[in-house]
Amino acid sequence: MNNQLMFFIFAALILFFSVMTVVTRRILRSAVFLLFVLLATAGIYFMLSYTFLAAVQLTVYAGGIVVLIIFSILLTSHISERASMAGVLQAIFSGLVALVGAGVTIYTIYSYSFKGSGAPAATTNVKAIGNQLVSTGKDGYALPFEVISVLLLAAMIGAIVVARKEPKQD
Amino acid sequence: MTEGIPLHYFLIISTLMFFIGIYGFLTRKNLITMLMSTELILNSVNINFVAFNRYLFPDKFQGHFFSLIIIAVAAAEAAVAIAIIINIYRRFKSIDVQKVDEMKY
Repeated sequence: MNNQLMFFIFAALILFFSVMTVVTRRILRSAVFLLFVLLATAGIYFMLSYTFLAAVQLTVYAGGIVVLIIFSILLTSHISERASMAGVLQAIFSGLVALVGAGVTIYTIYSYSFKGSGAPAATTNVKAIGNQLVSTGKDGYALPFEVISVLLLAAMIGAIVVARKEPKQD
Repeated sequence: MTEGIPLHYFLIISTLMFFIGIYGFLTRKNLITMLMSTELILNSVNINFVAFNRYLFPDKFQGHFFSLIIIAVAAAEAAVAIAIIINIYRRFKSIDVQKVDEMKY
């Protein structure tokens, strides 16, 4: 019973703050609501007992990306500035697209019966995860791990080059 | 920790979050808020992967690693996107998508 209560609390937090993120006119508040959504998502990962993933979510998403977004908001817009939204017609059509899409997806989810493999759950401690992440054998994830590190390096250099101030040409 | 909660609940939460993100992406005009809607979409997909992993194949880690890698890609994407947005702001003094409509200057 407690599980369900916790799940519904997290679900309500996620839904409420997701809606607030996309409808509020103040950009900085929108970023803070996004932070709450990400924290509630970390709570859901904790419920599914993937504690390492929840920790990564808290540090990288809630700690890193939200701070990056808040910095860029402070650099690009005035603190009391209200964001301009789309017109009424566009908002209605976008809402329609979202509602129809969500309806179709939820209908499909309910018309499909998911069958689990029924295997016993693996331990999800950091040691097991780390071993599998760098293993090259069966079910190893060494290649994606290396690719993601190269991608991060490329993104880092790319971000520095793009955001660098250009020298005066005169 | 998941007794009494069917898999469908997680999928419905992530579906609603995904389409809220779609709605935000379509109605927002500010580049940073559009980026935030993209983060919502990526996050909802993560919930899907993790829930499938826990309910259908609890002896494997595929969904878990997919989510880890999506988080890393999201971080890289946010960094590059914000660099581009700051550059656009320097050039156009605005990050409204409707005012940034010329590709060359």
